[in-house]
Amino acid sequence: MKSIRKSLLALAIMWAGATGLSSQDIPVIDFDSFRPIIEQRNDTVYMVNFWATWCTPCVEEMPDLLRFAKDMRDSKFRLILVSLDNPDHMESRVKPFIKRFEIEERVILLDDPDANRWIPIVSGEWSGAIPATIFFSDNFRHFHGKKIDYEGIKEIVVPHLKR
Amino acid sequence: MKRALLSTILIMSVIALSGQYQVGDLAEDFRLKNVDGEMVSMADFPEARGFVIIFTCNHCPYAVAYEDRIIELQNKLRPLGYPIIAIQPNDPEVEPRDSFENMIIRAEEKGFNFPYLLDEGQNVYPRFGATHTPHVYILNREGSNYRVAYIGTIDNNWRDASAVTVNYITDAVEALREGRTPEVTNTRAIGCTIKTR
Repeated sequence: MKSIRKSLLALAIMWAGATGLSSQDIPVIDFDSFRPIIEQRNDTVYMVNFWATWCTPCVEEMPDLLRFAKDMRDSKFRLILVSLDNPDHMESRVKPFIKRFEIEERVILLDDPDANRWIPIVSGEWSGAIPATIFFSDNFRHFHGKKIDYEGIKEIVVPHLKR
Repeated sequence: MKRALLSTILIMSVIALSGQYQVGDLAEDFRLKNVDGEMVSMADFPEARGFVIIFTCNHCPYAVAYEDRIIELQNKLRPLGYPIIAIQPNDPEVEPRDSFENMIIRAEEKGFNFPYLLDEGQNVYPRFGATHTPHVYILNREGSNYRVAYIGTIDNNWRDASAVTVNYITDAVEALREGRTPEVTNTRAIGCTIKTR
């Protein structure tokens, strides 16, 4: 009986780890390691949002992003959150933020200070201001260079969703 | 033919309306209030060979990361005839940390050695086409005109000044002083969106 309880507990911990709920490890990567993420093309619609804990409009739009991702859980849709915070603020700011917003989506910290090199690769339309979001799948690509809300996301994503 | 002409006129007027400076365009002078209470224009610096206009602010971590470097740049570039003018473009109603009072406090704390102007009414930054802070425009004087020579960022490492390998501003100013076109005239950087209502 005791061992069953123990393995249930282990399962619960594994599950929490797998879904990432507030305990997720956030990879800190440079642009070359990040690049394959935005260059993958398959039947999933990806929404990659560039944000930072100190960016007020980014924080304001976050609940809409998370709510949309939650509603799309059974669809071929994936939200990836790319933090541009200073990696030194991982423990003091980024992780507490993820906990506070109960973020279960994939979070990556992009640490590559030579932004002039990689901003145009993400999008030729991007001035560098955040928030900024790119949407893509195997047959479309869209850049959104300012704050977005639930309806705005829906308008861009839904026409491209595949069953 | 008529239609082609019409659409050309339409495109040209759209460009004129959007008024976002590109490298090679002539920039209009401005007149904005400095943290010392004085009004400042480019025309107030008759000895300048050009200007390094930096749209920057108090609250943005990227702007803060560059404060010390901007002070150093002013020490280096003012004697070369290319003084820095910093303009705070955010609406203080939207971002109170960028209020005129807070600009004065920050300028005193850091010992800013350059004018730090408030874009009151937010008429100047849209004319330049600035989108974020910090956002740099280098202007080169041609008689009474100011021609845009460079648009972009300060250097190639916002986080660590000691790891910088390319100084876009000093490189551009050096080229201009020698009568050359800067090798790099457009760069991009992450920054904070300019705050408007």
